[in-house]
Amino acid sequence: MSLMDTKFFDSKAVEGLDRVDGRLKVTGAARYSAEFPIPKLTYGVLVTSTVAGGKIQSMDAKKAEKAPGVLAVISHFNAPQIPGYSEGSNPAKGQTTKGQPLRIFSDDTIYFYGQPVALVVADTLERAQFTAGLVQAQYQKTSFQTGFDANVSSADFPSQAKNRNSNGDYLRGEADAYKTAPVKVEAEYVIPTEVHNPMELQSIIAVWDAPDKVTVYDKTQSLKGVQGTIAQAFKIPVENVQVVATYVGGAFGNALRTWPHEIAAVMAAQKVGRPVKLVISRDQMFTMVGYRPYTWQKVGLGATADGKLVGISHEAISQTSTYEEFTEGTVNVSKFLYACPNVNTRYKILPLNVSTPTWMRGPGEASGAFALDCAMDELAYQLNLDPIELRLRNHADTDPERNLPWSSKYLKECYQEAADRIGWFKRNPKPRSMKTEDGMLIGYGMGTGSFSAGRSAATASIQMLADGTYTIQCATTDIGPGTATAMVQIASDVLQVPVEKIKFQLGNSSFPKAPSQGGSSTVSTVGSAVTAVCVSLKNKLGELAIGQGEAASVKPADLTFANGQITSKDQSIKIAYADVLKKHSLPTLDVTEESKSGDERRKYSFYSFSVHFVEVNVHPATGQVKVKRVVSCADAGKIINHKTAGSQVIGGAIGGIGMALMEEAVIDDRFGRYVNNNLADYHVPVHADIPAIDAVFIDKKDPYINPMGSKGVGEISLIGMAAAVANAVFHATGKRVRDLPITTDKLV
Amino acid sequence: MNQFQYVRANTAKTAIGALAKDPSAAFLAGGTNLIDLMKNGVTAPPKLVDINPIPLTEIKKQSNGLYIGALATNADVADHKLVLQNQPLLSLALNAGASAQLRNVATIGGNMMQRTRCFYFNNPDLPCNKRQPGSGCGALEGYNRMHAIFGASSQCVAVNPSDMSVALAALDATVLISGPKGDRRVLFTDFHRLPGEHPEKDNNLMKGELITGIEIPDNAFSKNVHYLKVRDRSSYAFALVSVAAALNIKNNTIKEAQLAMGGVAHKPWRPTEAEKYLVGKPANEATFKQAAEIAMQNAKGLKYNSFKLKMSPNTIIEALRTASGIA
Repeated sequence: MSLMDTKFFDSKAVEGLDRVDGRLKVTGAARYSAEFPIPKLTYGVLVTSTVAGGKIQSMDAKKAEKAPGVLAVISHFNAPQIPGYSEGSNPAKGQTTKGQPLRIFSDDTIYFYGQPVALVVADTLERAQFTAGLVQAQYQKTSFQTGFDANVSSADFPSQAKNRNSNGDYLRGEADAYKTAPVKVEAEYVIPTEVHNPMELQSIIAVWDAPDKVTVYDKTQSLKGVQGTIAQAFKIPVENVQVVATYVGGAFGNALRTWPHEIAAVMAAQKVGRPVKLVISRDQMFTMVGYRPYTWQKVGLGATADGKLVGISHEAISQTSTYEEFTEGTVNVSKFLYACPNVNTRYKILPLNVSTPTWMRGPGEASGAFALDCAMDELAYQLNLDPIELRLRNHADTDPERNLPWSSKYLKECYQEAADRIGWFKRNPKPRSMKTEDGMLIGYGMGTGSFSAGRSAATASIQMLADGTYTIQCATTDIGPGTATAMVQIASDVLQVPVEKIKFQLGNSSFPKAPSQGGSSTVSTVGSAVTAVCVSLKNKLGELAIGQGEAASVKPADLTFANGQITSKDQSIKIAYADVLKKHSLPTLDVTEESKSGDERRKYSFYSFSVHFVEVNVHPATGQVKVKRVVSCADAGKIINHKTAGSQVIGGAIGGIGMALMEEAVIDDRFGRYVNNNLADYHVPVHADIPAIDAVFIDKKDPYINPMGSKGVGEISLIGMAAAVANAVFHATGKRVRDLPITTDKLV
Repeated sequence: MNQFQYVRANTAKTAIGALAKDPSAAFLAGGTNLIDLMKNGVTAPPKLVDINPIPLTEIKKQSNGLYIGALATNADVADHKLVLQNQPLLSLALNAGASAQLRNVATIGGNMMQRTRCFYFNNPDLPCNKRQPGSGCGALEGYNRMHAIFGASSQCVAVNPSDMSVALAALDATVLISGPKGDRRVLFTDFHRLPGEHPEKDNNLMKGELITGIEIPDNAFSKNVHYLKVRDRSSYAFALVSVAAALNIKNNTIKEAQLAMGGVAHKPWRPTEAEKYLVGKPANEATFKQAAEIAMQNAKGLKYNSFKLKMSPNTIIEALRTASGIA
């Protein structure tokens, strides 16, 4: 039986199953990486550079080495050689960057302010922290550049793109066609550096179990990534590296890579011969684990007088570090979101003396959608057309970039549903025309989100016990979406057994292989593997039930599986799953299956879509913005769990509100360092900033993506949100703020 | 963070005595600011004298006003019946500050001693005359979005971050101080100081002195008051600009007016000329506009905070409008 024929959720609407690990999380019983009680544990604290460029000349660690409880002060002066570093390989490599990942403690070069220069290991955290303050590094300072505007002329195409024709520029039809269109918009947009700042700090405990065998309890979204990187760095077999990430306290992308501090902890544990725990500090979260890069964009839109797009031009420049090229899909959204015959895009990067950026929720697409959907709003006003009507007139019925049909697309339904819910059509579209009774300016705005709906390969195993319980394992993680909960529901539905009988275990690299938890594809990828392994288990149970006896003439196709029981058409077989095992004296039944995408990927274009509507109030005198209502409607295929998926949409909306109104990591270019690198000065929304958020799903199965018909939710819940807020602020005030965040000083 | 000694004092006398013996020691009250500064290496007192056991948490009505002990927490004061009845402006300002968690431990005396949130002060490897006299002012030519538009010097452009102090300045409170040389009283408006040539001194408290309480004189400001704080988010953000407005209005004529501004100067800023202007005028938009304009005389913007030159008068007008109850 083909997996795609698996019947899902047809008989019952699955609403919100409570999180299977919810109780553990709220009672503190869930164990996060830094919380594993390891005997003989020691504590590492990183010392970081106080210059943004130069060489480490000397380091006075004498006092530190003699301080009480100190086991080691590790720097490039005395660090053990990381075997993988010497080979020219890239042990701390991410997947998309070109260049040389930072090799911690391997030489004297300083690339950015806050770069780790030493690691103090002591028997208590307090002693390690105190001692870290005693380490004095002397630097030979060189000039450094952190200013985007001052250096923007040095921006260049990424090396990878340079190897291709046209430096990676995209062209469909004619370039810059917007310039000669009857109606046009041309505008520049800026996204400042934003930092993921999940609640949980990046943390790792490294334990060498044998000279060639290590276990790490690590905050990661990529068990196999960390496992492979550590194996490569320390030249030990992959299977000798065990990575445990049972729970992850938020990540938003910053735990997708293996970062230098993780290598440092493993190295230090080897050097001191004891387990080492390393939790980086909040200010180090700004410089050691990536961020959304500062990005300048220019969008040109041209349309006919009746609002048909004639041309889209989209150009972006993003900052990266001087030692690695980080690239992301900032301009991609302009290639496919709207039907337009002429599209050209250009993407460049600007190396600065900063650490390397990384994907942050929605990644580049979120930056790109901000520019594109603000420009669309500007165009709608120029055309005197409703912003939704403009989007409907330019709706892409097929993927204009790849010339393929969509696997499924309910974007029009999203517009309709969300617009109705917020009362869009009752607004007066004229800017500054609507006021509350107490004089606040009312604004409505909307934005569209879209992100690739991926599916890659994953493997899951299932073990059924004779007592009728099931344990499924897969080396995926849960950074918050409720992975185990969704997987238990999928398994329950395929197996036709109650959710209470099923356990889903994740967060251990020894489990069957899964990709990183990123790009909104976990339900799609891992859910397919869970489906496959459950179908396979049913097939096995069926074979065993038919057996060799009188029922041997029954064909597997004649069996039905329902309520934990197998029944044949002719009723000759009627047996509970568990009794199948008992009958054959089997203590367990074990199955492992891999599942991956196939030919459908060449035939269809797979995307999730979302629409965000926002109502804001703006104080006319102080410029203070208050988000009053949010409606987000998503076309994410079949929704496995409305409660957890709804929470993802709410979280994404909050992230988008932060992006629009608050988040900005500021560097003082004279010193090349962040000045607001703490949670008091780097603002994210607090509860009082966030209204009730209406998260709605179209909830229609995608027929081609995977057996469940589910697309992703994580990215699209943020992508387009900042544009919706900015457009609402324009409607309220008549002011276009094109550089985020839209703080009150820009509106006063 | 430095290593330090920790002692507890049960009386004001022992606390003062402890500091007299060890002038580099520091009093520890709520610790919401001091401990952070120690963790960040901004300050490193070798000894902390914990004053929390001292019985200074009382809030009571006196013959001529309200007394509040220095160790009363921000939350307790903000919610206290006597405060709500007699000095609602103080309650408004307290509740606009910090977060609920911080207000539960932060004390009145500690709040007065709160150091600036200037980025350059709070990062030990950046220049700051307040933290390290003579090292220069990082903010003057730096990222000075949060900084002063009144009363700054070439040495320092930092602002006082307290909301509570803005209200107490407007209400003409008095600070009660005990020290090695005995007790003294200082007008709240004279407690904090402008940076001048000595930005390292936030206030006029002398070495070894302890704030024991405050007194707020009885006034006619129980009705027409407002504290308006403009900030980057709804809670847990320092003021870009804030205004405490206390008016006594009779028959639509302003009989008394006391104003103070936060987020604009090294101390809570009293625009006294504007106050004088308001007295005797009708409580209306035109009056408030004129007062705001007067208040802004001598304001000076920096590279990133010029928006305050417009935000401040707007905030004054809004605060006066709300306080007066006119639409």
